Amino acid sequence: MERAKIDIWVGILVALGIAALFALATKVGNLTSNDIRETYTVLAHFENIGGLKPRAPIKGAGVVVGRVKTIVFDTEAYHAVVELDIDKRYVFPKDTFANIYTSGLLGEQYIGLEAGGDEKNLLAGDLITHTQDAVVLEKLISQFLYSKASEEE
Amino acid sequence: MNKLLNFFGNLGFALRSKLYRLGAGTRLFFLTLIYSADSFKRIHLTIREIYYTGVLSLVIIVVSAFFVGMVLGLQGYYTLEKYGSSEAIGVLVALALVRELGPVVTALLFAGRAGTAITAEIGLMKATEQLSAMEMMAVSPIARIIAPRFWAGMISMPILATIFSMVGILGGYFIAVLVIGVDEGAFWSQMQANVDFSNDIIDGAIKSVVFGFACTIIALFEGFDAPPTAEGVSRATTRTVVISSLTVLGLDFILTSFMFV
Repeated sequence: MERAKIDIWVGILVALGIAALFALATKVGNLTSNDIRETYTVLAHFENIGGLKPRAPIKGAGVVVGRVKTIVFDTEAYHAVVELDIDKRYVFPKDTFANIYTSGLLGEQYIGLEAGGDEKNLLAGDLITHTQDAVVLEKLISQFLYSKASEEE
Repeated sequence: MNKLLNFFGNLGFALRSKLYRLGAGTRLFFLTLIYSADSFKRIHLTIREIYYTGVLSLVIIVVSAFFVGMVLGLQGYYTLEKYGSSEAIGVLVALALVRELGPVVTALLFAGRAGTAITAEIGLMKATEQLSAMEMMAVSPIARIIAPRFWAGMISMPILATIFSMVGILGGYFIAVLVIGVDEGAFWSQMQANVDFSNDIIDGAIKSVVFGFACTIIALFEGFDAPPTAEGVSRATTRTVVISSLTVLGLDFILTSFMFV
C-alpha cells in the first residue's frame, strides 16, 4: 500500500514534468512555428545587406516563406551573396524582387519578396537579379542634407 | 620564527584538507557510478528517494515559482511601460525564467529542501552506526543508500526546474495579462517569436541537470563525510547549503558564458 502510493506520487511528478516541458516547447518556445521543412535554395546579390543575419525571415506579402541560410562576401565582385532557403510549397516567378526591409523602426531586418510577372518560376540554385539594398540611415541623411544644400544655392 | 612556522603549517593543513575533501568527493562519485546498477535493478529504492527529494519539494517549488513569475511581471512592466513596449513583458519573463531563474532558484531551493535532508539523514545513519551495520551484513552502503539518492536527485532536479519555469511564466501571465491588462495575444506571440527551443529551453534544461548533479553529490558527500556526532551532522548540513549555493552560482556563470554567446 505504502509503496503503491509513492509510485503514484512519483508518476504524477514525472507527468507534471513532461507536461511542463511540452507546454514550454509549444506555448513558450518556437518548436511549432518552425514548420518550414523542405526548402529550395536561391541566391541573391546585394551591395549592402545592412544588419541582415543568417536565419532572418524571408517574407512574401508579410507571410514567412523561408529563412536566410548563409551570407558571404564575394571578394571578386565586392558584394554580398545571400543564400535564401524558401519553402517548397511556395514558388516565385523568375523576375521576383528581393528587398531588405526593417520590421518596425528599430526591429530586425528581413528579406521581402515581391513577385514579378515572368511565367517561368525560380528553381533551386537560381539567382535573383532584382535586388534592393538595406536602407542605411547615414546615407539617407547625407542625401537629404546635400539636396537641401543644393536647393538653397 | 615559531609564528612563521605556524602560519605555513596552517596553510598547508588547510590546502591538504581541501584537497582531501575534493578527492574523497570525486571518489564517492565514481563509487556511486560503479554501484549504480543496483539502484536501477531495485528501482523501488530510487523511486522512494524521488518521492522524498522530488515530490515533497514540489509545493515549495510551485509556490516560489509563481511568486517569482509575478514579481518579474510587475517589475518588468514598470520598466517596459516607460519605453512603450509593455507587450515585450512575455519575452522578458519567459527568457529570464527559462534561461536563468528556473534552473538557479530551483537548485537553491533544492539544496535547501532536499540536500539538507539527504545530508542529515546520511549523517545520522553514520552517527548511529547504521552504515557500519550494513557493511557487517555485507550490504554496500553506497549501493543501498548513496546511489539511489544520487539518481533520485539527478532525475528530480530537471523535472522540478521545468515545472518551475512553466509555473513562473503562468505567474507572469497572471500579473501581466489578467491583472494589469497587457494584450494576451501579444504576450504569447512575442514570447514564441523570441524564445528558441534548442537554444533557450534545452540550454536551461542542461543547466538544471548540471546543478542537480552538483547539489546531490555535495549533499551526499557531506553526509557521508560528517563526523558521527550531533555537532558534526549539524555542521555538515550547514556546509551542504553553503557549498551547494556557491557552487550553483559559480557554475551558472560558467555555463552562461559558454551557452548564450
